[in-house]
Amino acid sequence: MLKQTEGSHGVAEAIALCRPEVICAYPISPQTHIVEGLGEMVKAGELRAEYLNVESEFAAMSVAIGSSAAGARTYTATASQGLLFMVEAVYNASGLGLPIVMTVANRAIGAPINIWNDHTDTMSQRDCGWIQLFAETNQEAMDLHIQAFKLAEEMSLPVMVCMDGFILTHAYERLDVPSQEQVDAYLPPFEPRQVLDPAQPVSIGAMVGPEAFTEVRYLAHAKQMQALERIPELAEEFQQVFGREAGGLVRPYKMDGAETVVIALGSVLGTIKDVVDEMQEAGHSIGVLGITSFRPFPLDAIRAALKGAKRVVVLEKCFAVGVGGIVATNVRMALDGTGQEVLTVVAGLGGRSITKDSLTHTFLEAMDDKLGAMTFMDLDHGIVNRVLEHERKVRRSGPIAENVLRDVGTVASKIA
Amino acid sequence: MFQVRIHGRGGQGVVTGAEMLSIAAFLEGKHAQAFPSFGSERTGAPVVAFCRIDTKEIRLREPIMAPDALIIQDPTLLQSVDVFQGLKKDGYILLNSGRGFDALGIGEFVADFRQDRICCLPATEIAIKHLGRPMPNAVLLGGFAAISGAITLESVHAAIRDKFSGKVADANVAAATDAFETVKSFINKEAAHA
Repeated sequence: MLKQTEGSHGVAEAIALCRPEVICAYPISPQTHIVEGLGEMVKAGELRAEYLNVESEFAAMSVAIGSSAAGARTYTATASQGLLFMVEAVYNASGLGLPIVMTVANRAIGAPINIWNDHTDTMSQRDCGWIQLFAETNQEAMDLHIQAFKLAEEMSLPVMVCMDGFILTHAYERLDVPSQEQVDAYLPPFEPRQVLDPAQPVSIGAMVGPEAFTEVRYLAHAKQMQALERIPELAEEFQQVFGREAGGLVRPYKMDGAETVVIALGSVLGTIKDVVDEMQEAGHSIGVLGITSFRPFPLDAIRAALKGAKRVVVLEKCFAVGVGGIVATNVRMALDGTGQEVLTVVAGLGGRSITKDSLTHTFLEAMDDKLGAMTFMDLDHGIVNRVLEHERKVRRSGPIAENVLRDVGTVASKIA
Repeated sequence: MFQVRIHGRGGQGVVTGAEMLSIAAFLEGKHAQAFPSFGSERTGAPVVAFCRIDTKEIRLREPIMAPDALIIQDPTLLQSVDVFQGLKKDGYILLNSGRGFDALGIGEFVADFRQDRICCLPATEIAIKHLGRPMPNAVLLGGFAAISGAITLESVHAAIRDKFSGKVADANVAAATDAFETVKSFINKEAAHA
């Protein structure tokens, strides 16, 4: 059924259709309207699930581990510092192979304190052993959650569905909400590979010494490699039941013969596609490759998709301080030995708007071979240089964030 | 694509206004995307919300920097925020004020715009009359339907009933209708002068 609603609300409806048995969440900022919406559904009796209001994000993931190990389909959501606070348990969930599904409404990580969107939170967990899927639109966020439960439970691995905080979670747009019959036809009841069952007692969570640790860890990697095979199949099965595309490993857009290909994750792909349409009309050879599955990282699919491209511009909403691009580094691995140029563009940090004008300018510079290997889009070099100059002159130069804010001045009068 | 930017202050229902506008457009079979500018969730702080309306899927996620229409829910913003930034010359301005553009000191500025597309509407007074509280968002949407024709009054009513129920919905529907008729009468007077 078509509806005009908020992204978070749409995801809450999708989760409810997946018949979760346990939902746990810590209800403080940073949190999403998703768990708020689910809480309302449980209270109203529309959704039969155990809803646990826990005392912290660490507790949220700990409860998720316990309930998943007991054989319950388990869901939680978090963002930003909340994700960092649960990290120890996040690694345990994947290490134990528990098929928890969690939404992360992508946001920046402080300090400086910032509540806005970028990808720093989930990128900090790229190596934690969870599958990470990135949604381009709210429709895809809904659809990826339905696929996520199926994938998680088949693989016995947890799945993180990453959707841009605010930009998607708070946006009202048209959503096609599937029927219960469709979701039931796609997603079978949860049949755990391992379960704490008093009738057939097992222990979960053994201590593993050097004699077997490598083998257990290797199997975690092998499972992600299996997921690489399964993700495109699940997307295909999804299309058969629901009649629309969602998920998969990568999504090419107007890439045929493109000399320059832009790679990105999440909602910014929409703006990039609009820019690429205009640039193609103006005669430029440019296309787009969206990455939906960041973990497992589809090295072969990316290498195949980029065949023939002269240069690749990776636009990412985060970076590894002291090195550079994170997505770009992974893309370089995919292109090892091909000699194709990979440029990193860091954009949209802490909620900075990514505009068509800036993207067009950046892509044109790349095509003219004027773009550096690592670019911070729309960086105000003047402010940065003034702060650095101040630090050179004054020993007690003061806190950097406050110095930058003083230089920027009032922001209330600016639209974007 | 038709792009609307709504300016107001925290507590005036700016974000809900943009969401209702998107619902109204959706009910007319269009694609619509509403989203707030984020962060200043404090009562009284300047707030901006956006709504795009199109006949095809909207992929663009940048803020609206060159709007086709502005709804200004609080005239005191004129002194502190560049609310007119990027407004197209054939754009619409709907300003919540009973005083008129001249009295607000922007008569000269708005003289360049099409006079049948700009209007001061005493939305707060209309809201107090029908709702008993100064919540101008739904009122202004009624006025916006009248001045822009981008959505119908019936769709505004349906959007209000999607968001609210009972007496609150009824009062907002009545207030939006009042605003629609008030703006229509302004426009008719303007046409008679021309």
